[in-house]
Amino acid sequence: MIPTSYYIILSIILFILGIIAFFVKKDLITQFMSVEIMLNAANLALIAFSKASSSLDGQIIVFFIITVAAAEAAVGLAIILLVYRQKKTIKTEDIQLMKG
Amino acid sequence: MTEIFWLIPFIPAVSTFILAVFGRKLSKQWVSIQACLAVFASFVIALVSFFGIQGASAEHTLVKSLFGWIESGSFKVDFALQFDPLTAIMCLVVTGVGFFIHVYSIGYMAKDPGYKRFFTYLNLFMFAMLILVMGANLVVMFVGWEGVGLCSYLLIGFWFDKPSAARAGKKAFIVNRIGDAGFLLGIMFILINIGSTSFTAINEAVHGGEVTVGLATLIGILLFVGAVGKSAQIPLYIWLPDAMEGPTPVSALIHAATMVTAGVYMVARMNVLYALSPTATDIIALVGALTAIFAATMALTQNDIKRVLAYSTISQLGYMFIACGVGAYSAGIFHLFTHAFFKGLLFLAAGSVMHAMSGELNMQKMGGLKKYLPRTYPTFLIGAIAISGIPFLSGFFSKDAILTSAFASGKYFIWALGICGAILTAFYMFRLVFLTFHGQERIEPEAKKHLHESPPSMTIPLMILAFFSIVAGWVGLPVVFGKNLDKFGQFLEPVIHQSHEAHLSLGTEWALIFISIVVAFAGIIIAAIFYLKKTEIPHNLVKRFPFIYKLLYNKYYVDEFYNATIVNPMVKGSEFVYKHFDLGIIDAAVDSTGNITNFFGKMLSYLQTGIIKDYALIFLLGATILIGFLLF
Amino acid sequence: MNIPILSIITFLPLAGAILLIFFNRDNKDLLRKFVLAITIINFIISLFLFFNFNAGTAEPQFAEKAAWIGHGIMYHVGIDGISLFLVLLTTFLMPITILSSWTSIQDKVKEYLIFMLILQTGIIGVFVSLNLFLFYVFWEAMLIPMYFLIGIWGGKRRIYATVKFVLYTMVGSLLMLVAIFVLYTLYFKVTGTYSLNIFDFYTMILDPKLQFWLFCAFGLAFAIKVPLFPFHTWLPDAHVEAPTAGSVILAAVLIKMGTYGFLRFAMPLFPDALMKMLPYLSALALIGIIYGGLMALIQKDMKSLVAYSSVSHMGLIMLAIFAVNFEGLQGGIYQMLNHGLSTGALFLCVGILYERSHTRLIKDYGGVSKQMPIFAVFFLICLLSSVGLPGLNGFVGEILSLFGIFKANHLLGILAVSTIILAAAYLLWMFQRVMHGPITNEKVRSFKDLNKREILFLIPILILMFWMGIFPNTFLRKMDTTINHLLNQIKSKREIVQMQYKGENFTVLSLEKIESSNVNIDVELEEDPR
Repeated sequence: MIPTSYYIILSIILFILGIIAFFVKKDLITQFMSVEIMLNAANLALIAFSKASSSLDGQIIVFFIITVAAAEAAVGLAIILLVYRQKKTIKTEDIQLMKG
Repeated sequence: MTEIFWLIPFIPAVSTFILAVFGRKLSKQWVSIQACLAVFASFVIALVSFFGIQGASAEHTLVKSLFGWIESGSFKVDFALQFDPLTAIMCLVVTGVGFFIHVYSIGYMAKDPGYKRFFTYLNLFMFAMLILVMGANLVVMFVGWEGVGLCSYLLIGFWFDKPSAARAGKKAFIVNRIGDAGFLLGIMFILINIGSTSFTAINEAVHGGEVTVGLATLIGILLFVGAVGKSAQIPLYIWLPDAMEGPTPVSALIHAATMVTAGVYMVARMNVLYALSPTATDIIALVGALTAIFAATMALTQNDIKRVLAYSTISQLGYMFIACGVGAYSAGIFHLFTHAFFKGLLFLAAGSVMHAMSGELNMQKMGGLKKYLPRTYPTFLIGAIAISGIPFLSGFFSKDAILTSAFASGKYFIWALGICGAILTAFYMFRLVFLTFHGQERIEPEAKKHLHESPPSMTIPLMILAFFSIVAGWVGLPVVFGKNLDKFGQFLEPVIHQSHEAHLSLGTEWALIFISIVVAFAGIIIAAIFYLKKTEIPHNLVKRFPFIYKLLYNKYYVDEFYNATIVNPMVKGSEFVYKHFDLGIIDAAVDSTGNITNFFGKMLSYLQTGIIKDYALIFLLGATILIGFLLF
Repeated sequence: MNIPILSIITFLPLAGAILLIFFNRDNKDLLRKFVLAITIINFIISLFLFFNFNAGTAEPQFAEKAAWIGHGIMYHVGIDGISLFLVLLTTFLMPITILSSWTSIQDKVKEYLIFMLILQTGIIGVFVSLNLFLFYVFWEAMLIPMYFLIGIWGGKRRIYATVKFVLYTMVGSLLMLVAIFVLYTLYFKVTGTYSLNIFDFYTMILDPKLQFWLFCAFGLAFAIKVPLFPFHTWLPDAHVEAPTAGSVILAAVLIKMGTYGFLRFAMPLFPDALMKMLPYLSALALIGIIYGGLMALIQKDMKSLVAYSSVSHMGLIMLAIFAVNFEGLQGGIYQMLNHGLSTGALFLCVGILYERSHTRLIKDYGGVSKQMPIFAVFFLICLLSSVGLPGLNGFVGEILSLFGIFKANHLLGILAVSTIILAAAYLLWMFQRVMHGPITNEKVRSFKDLNKREILFLIPILILMFWMGIFPNTFLRKMDTTINHLLNQIKSKREIVQMQYKGENFTVLSLEKIESSNVNIDVELEEDPR
């Protein structure tokens, strides 16, 4: 039996990796992937806690998150695709449509 | 027959309506006949009613309430007309003189493109004027009061493409409105304190002691402000000289015979109230006397025939107010009555001169006209004699009645001013006669080519008015000719209560009459010396006293004074306020509310860099702080 | 008789607007004719109200009540002696404005007409609503079509003007919304039932301090709408930029919603606050009269001249209403109608000139009378009606207003009389510069006199002007009971407040039903357990 804390540590490592990747990488696709990693880090933590507290709530939420993440990935990728078509780039510093 | 008296104003009204709506389809002849007939019909009814209210058994005051007009709470006004001796005289003057002026206009306006419009306005004026004199309460009177003001505006500005005429019309209306504001306030005070504006109710209230002296003074002065506006007295007389921009029949009808006398009529109508207040009557007498002499001095130097006559009208109106101010209301109305004839005559004759001279008004460019205008000249002369106060013509009797009453009332200062005015009157009138009809010809050759006597439709009214200018005074002979010869005063007795008329001895009366005759002749003789015998005297005088001449010639710069002190500051001040307060402060405050919001929005929008990483960083920081906050 | 006549009058234009969607946008004449027919039918139906109106009662008539959202939010309409005439004025002017824009609007005609119809529904809705929620909905809804009317078919600075108009009005009405909530919750607290019915609110006798704030909230909304000095600056902008029909509706009816609001809500609901605020409000109204007049005097643009004259006239109306006596109220209400007619007519006249030369500047005209004699007559009569010449409608309202003001306060009356001088000055000066004098602008020479259509829409206004000036009793008598009731409400509620209020912190003092008849308040108070 692996202690819950291991899972949590793994989850934290994954999450921090995601954050670092998000800030280090410059293209939208990688950043998107790093967001997914963070999401899954959270999923992992949820499952771990669920197991530890022997309640199914966490797992149910994870199912929801996975579904939503799938939809989100589809939409997100579509947006990135469209942005690429419009701007011929997916570098974030080149896209500043919301600048005030 | 007298019960149809209320039709008097409505016949011209119906005629106006027809002319206004169908005028374009009617022929010129039809228009002239209809307009004149309408006035004549009113005249006939007025005459019938006039005889109807005479006699011992007859009722002196007819009142007819046509319908309840404005009723709201304690504000109740009926549209009621009345016919009493005072109204009768006014109606006869208005319709009678009005009729002749209508006839005269047929000839005078014959070639004017606005012929039909002119008669429409003229009929409308008759309607309004008759409502004014027949109104049984002050509010109905006010309807007529404003109505004649409107007609005056329309008719002064009849040739509206002339900027000066358009300006003069507007000026007349606005100046009149200042007076009207006072009048309206007077009505308000009466309504609040007496509860009704009908003349009978006011008289009853006064007799019943419901009106205090202070209130009577206040109301009297406020109403008099209205009269000052309408009857062109100091300080609101400035519109009348400019009103001469209108066609001459208009000047004769509105600005000499009828409308401008409305103020006198109103004061006489309210005589019961005025009798209560010595202060108010003193003010009236003083304003009247000052106007009489002030206007007369301005008439001395004018070269425009109609302007001389206009100032003369102002001055004569001053006399009428003197009469009202000294309590001799019937003398005032008597002068109004005779003045209507001779001043109407003078204007029409001046119009005839103008007609002959192709529109020339400057009498320096006339002279010696008497042989060219064989019918106009004698009639003009009769008018001039009548106004100067030469015995046995109408003006003599009425002016004498006023001056005698002024003397009798003990206001010697007023009387003295009146006498001074009389000499000036005789002088400027004969200056006018001599410069226009006598002496050497100074006519421009172009005008001389067209020089001709006017058509009969113009000269016949002249002659009729000349006739009345002679005889109209004979209905009110002074007491020195025998008792009970003042038929005019007796007829007015039911309306005008001559309460405190001091009686003078016959000797004093004769002396006063003698003085006024001397004065009148003196004026004429001086004029004859100045303008017939030694024509260099006026020029020398001008050279000796250039300042006085300039002052008089420019009418004491009163117009300029008003412009500089009231009109310009108002316009300039408003412009300043508009620019710097309305737009600069109020509107700027409104706009800046929006602008400040915009500004903050703009400032905050700089946080929006558009770089996703910045957002993420802020998000991360926020989340960290939040977690930190929750944990520790 | 169960025909929901008020609902028909209110929603017929809206139904027309919906139908209009299905019309072919290119057949402009058909569109216009259809809308004209709708508005005329609506006017004819509204005449039924006039002839069947019972002048003897102050209760709302032709009332309809239906459940709507619940919690006191109901569909409740009805009219009394005040709103009757405002509804009639709206329905009367609507066909005229449609006719007046027959040729001047060529662009997006369909949308224009749809907005006009929606606007009519909104305005009538405001005047007939007896439920505060319903009232608020209409009050705001009416802004939307007006926003587009100015914003799309307006002049050069139309966007600025329309945004200013809408935002300015909204600032006021939001505060009113808050005040309505306060009343709503208070009523619930006291009675335990939800209601937004204005008659239920009338029964509430509120704490004077609370009244003050609520009055301010309501009052600001209405003062902006009126507009009372110094909230007037949106008016010239909106008027100048709006298309003719927009200006007419704005001047004739929309700004009457402000005065109507005072009469219907602010005054009877918060009489104590009203009386305390009267000196200030009267002062503002008086300043408005003189200030508006002076500003009108120097305007270079005809429309903004008429707009400032509106400020002046509305000042007089407000001052008359604030006299809080019978004559003043009646005069004020009558003057509201007069102002609607005469200022509306003036805007129509300016519109007629504008259509011919596309300029509103006074200096671009001169000598127009020569080219357009018939128009000159119409213009002059409209102008004289605005000046208050006896025999025309303006005089009756003006003299009653002045009398009411005078009765309440001599000094105010004396100062307010200056309006008759100022009005003559600015209007006649404009008339002189535009219509008289020689023709200086060559464009004027090509002016054509009024065509049949223009005469057709001016004639009814003129007839009504004369009728209202000569036989005002036709209209005045129908208002009497309502005005009496209103006065009663104000006076008796105020007395109750003064007798019951002892400085404690009550939010609602009591609920009193003020009968329309003259209630002897003293007796009622003696029976009061407190």
